[in-house]
Amino acid sequence: MPNIVFVHPDGVREELEIDEGTSVMQGATSQGIDGIVAECGGNCMCATCHVYVEPSQLALLPAMSEDEDALLDGTASERRPNSRLSCQIEVTQALDGLVLNLPERQV
Amino acid sequence: MSLATDAPASDVDPFSVEFFEDPHRIHEELREAGPVVWLSRYGIYAVARYAEVHAVLNDWRTFCSSRGVGMSDFAKETPWRPPSLVLETDPPEHDRARAVLNRVLSPAAMKRLREGFAAAAERKVDELLERRSFDAIPDLAEAFPLSVFPDAVGLRQEGREHLLPYAGLAFNAFGPDNELRRKALAEAAPHVAWVTEQCRRENLSPGGLGAGIHEASGTGEIAPEEATLLVRSLLTAGLDTTVNGIGAAVYCLARFPDQWRKLHAQPSLARAAFEEAVRFESPVQTFFRTTTRAVEIGGIGIGEGHKVLMFLGAANRDPRRWERPEQYDIARRASGHVGFGNGVHMCVGQLLARLEGEVLLAAMARKVESIEIAGPVERRYNNTLRGLASLPVAIKPASA
Repeated sequence: MPNIVFVHPDGVREELEIDEGTSVMQGATSQGIDGIVAECGGNCMCATCHVYVEPSQLALLPAMSEDEDALLDGTASERRPNSRLSCQIEVTQALDGLVLNLPERQV
Repeated sequence: MSLATDAPASDVDPFSVEFFEDPHRIHEELREAGPVVWLSRYGIYAVARYAEVHAVLNDWRTFCSSRGVGMSDFAKETPWRPPSLVLETDPPEHDRARAVLNRVLSPAAMKRLREGFAAAAERKVDELLERRSFDAIPDLAEAFPLSVFPDAVGLRQEGREHLLPYAGLAFNAFGPDNELRRKALAEAAPHVAWVTEQCRRENLSPGGLGAGIHEASGTGEIAPEEATLLVRSLLTAGLDTTVNGIGAAVYCLARFPDQWRKLHAQPSLARAAFEEAVRFESPVQTFFRTTTRAVEIGGIGIGEGHKVLMFLGAANRDPRRWERPEQYDIARRASGHVGFGNGVHMCVGQLLARLEGEVLLAAMARKVESIEIAGPVERRYNNTLRGLASLPVAIKPASA
């Protein structure tokens, strides 16, 4: 099972094993990670599962949809070039070791 | 399909006063009866467990909306109004109109509204603290959204009293041909006329949400008459729902003092307290879909062209999905509840609802020490919406 690393704003790291085929958001919320809210439950409608992807790993991710791009303009913490919504990242073996920094705020 | 069995039958009436007064016992009966139940009184299928409700919501190809999301089948009956361009359509037609509403009601758009809504919430709570005793439905749950939403849309002042009756009508009309629906339709004409008129571009002030929808017709994204219908969607679904959501939250906090104390101690829980109230009370109780093909769900076969009723409120308290579902718990991770639906038709105004709920509950949490029920609580009956007509409460100010 791929390992995904979450880094909290205070620097604390948490590693989670997440099933392939599920989203990073689902994996994180079902295992109780603080810092990912996911108010809309994974429907790409709320921008509260915002993460900053380790820049060197950005290219591993699927392309961003127009919907996701528009939602990222409204995130509670600033949008950066490596901003993504974790409900739109499906876990695959290729993402093993993915490092995601959590923003200060989701709402 | 050969292994599919028939659905267990039930003769309960989910559109009756008995049901509105206490849906939870019957919800449980329906959940336990099976993954799909046949409601013999109406000749329709129903799903009440979380997994099946979630599955139906997320399979628009099989469970379509274009034949109406009420009991009436648009393939057999003429709808009471021109169908909604978002609610009562399927992809790909649905997506073009939906994209416009997504943009108008986006997180970025909510950021622009937040400050004004928060200030209005502070004023409302200050005003109620002067009175100490009031009816939390008209004076708070209705008054607060009415003080922010019509202005945000850009509606003129005159005639706003039509908004709640129009929404009540639209939500009653999703139900069966019962007394509630017949009475609503009999009284519809003046409300429909006013709402239809307000949806026109020239009646909406610049900079508002309504004008934002019409701007999309300027770029050719949608036709001008489509913009008018989309503004109607905003007016139908944008007010009564938040009224009942806020009413649900206040009713929960007044009934469960331990949860109120938790919120009072930590006002940053306001948004979660509102979300949990939407799960717990499910202000929108039900919606229908229609099968586009024969399908098997939970081992039970359903033929093509059947209405399927989804009990959102029952799914939100399904013990298969939720721990301690009967407890209102503002610390709960409520994400995943279907109170706003799910899938392509999931409530497009959910962020607006949460914003209203959050700023109001946050203002209350900071300024109010306690809230108690101070008189008889009366329920309001509607074929789709669950809420109260009256909730007398007494509040005390927090010590400065």
